Amino acid sequence: MKQLSDKIVAKLQADMQAPDLAGTCYSLVRYLARGGMGSVWLVEDTVLHRRVALKVLDLVAPADDLAARLLQEARILAGLEHPGIVPVHDAGTLPDGRAFYCMKFVEGQTLAQHIAGKNLPDRLRLLERIAEPVDFAHARGFIHRDLKPENIMIGAFGEVLVMDWGLAKVGATGLKLPSHKTITSAEPVQPSSRTPSPTTSRVTGQGRVLGTPGYMSPEQARGDTEVDYRTDIFSLGALLRFVLTGCTPGEKSAADSNVPRPLHAICGKAMAADPNARYQSARQMTADIAHYLNGESVSAYPENLIERAGRIYTRHRTAVILVAVYLLMRALFILFARR
Amino acid sequence: MNKVLLGLVLGAILGAIDGMTAWFTPEARVQIASIVIGSTIKGIISGVLIGVFARKFQCLPLGIAFGLGVGLLLAFIVAHLQHGYYLQIMLPGGMVGLIVGYATQKYGSLTHAQRA
Repeated sequence: MKQLSDKIVAKLQADMQAPDLAGTCYSLVRYLARGGMGSVWLVEDTVLHRRVALKVLDLVAPADDLAARLLQEARILAGLEHPGIVPVHDAGTLPDGRAFYCMKFVEGQTLAQHIAGKNLPDRLRLLERIAEPVDFAHARGFIHRDLKPENIMIGAFGEVLVMDWGLAKVGATGLKLPSHKTITSAEPVQPSSRTPSPTTSRVTGQGRVLGTPGYMSPEQARGDTEVDYRTDIFSLGALLRFVLTGCTPGEKSAADSNVPRPLHAICGKAMAADPNARYQSARQMTADIAHYLNGESVSAYPENLIERAGRIYTRHRTAVILVAVYLLMRALFILFARR
Repeated sequence: MNKVLLGLVLGAILGAIDGMTAWFTPEARVQIASIVIGSTIKGIISGVLIGVFARKFQCLPLGIAFGLGVGLLLAFIVAHLQHGYYLQIMLPGGMVGLIVGYATQKYGSLTHAQRA
């Protein structure tokens, strides 16, 4: 019997997973990507004549808690109106019984694609912009818990978007979402019917740990129930390292040695094993990055006298040269006068 | 520190240093006090003028050129009153103007209205 190729099997699987949009205002355009809980499809809103992205639960995922989680994700996104967070337009259940939500269709590049060929200041400014919506979410009491390069999109006009809030959690000081309980990492999660790729895998060991290895904090990896916003600070540190070296955490790279010491220190502080030793907010971390970009000292790195002098010289090079020329000229005049 | 105050402080300091170097010229040593005071006042005047200019126009090359011009002009007047030492007075004077011109363009804060 002739065997079907992987490509054909994947195509058949995708067709089987295609959402039933009969009776809705959406018409299917094409498959886009896989998320943690389901698939994302490009659809046309036939009323408003615009293309939107539809996140739909897997057909084979009957568990109600997944539907609740998807709705929770949609509600979290709806509660986070920020230019750096994808807006949600609609949520509900499709005729085939699968839960869905509809969001803005973002065309652009992933973080890895975008940083290729960019210089260091541009990369650092990009990280500052990634941290903005994260800080905003923290201020509203939400924790992302799955910040990684694959979840950062850079739009066609340079807009930075933090995607996939499927693992987001409402923190202790956060807003209470109406009629739905907060899903915490302690709750069991049904594994997806498909095996995700290693780079995008979510660890679900014992059904308790959620996140991406390397990017999740030690306390999140342990499955602590009381992870707070500082778990995102750890992930931002890992993202900073990725932005600087192009490497995932734990991966050794020759580029590490080229990272300036203050930035290395910022990474180290953000990724400290003890949450109390990390930056206590995303804003504090971006403030340190901004200090570095402005040629100022960073709180994470106590510099010695020579390093300080070198930094001040680099920052005020022209002024230092002008004063030095003036003093040299004065010295020459004095020498000339003595003769 | 606003640009005018920065110009004033910098002009005063560099003007005073300028004047104090006269101590190394034996024939001028007896008049050192008046030279330092005069040089400081000259520095303050040029610093304030350059600071006001920097507040009005935010343009580095223009600020440097204006600073150099003001420094040279004031130094020329002083040298002319001294009937000599044109190089010894005008070169440092121009240099001070140039430094203050650069500093007031690069550093110092604008007024709230200008920031808005």
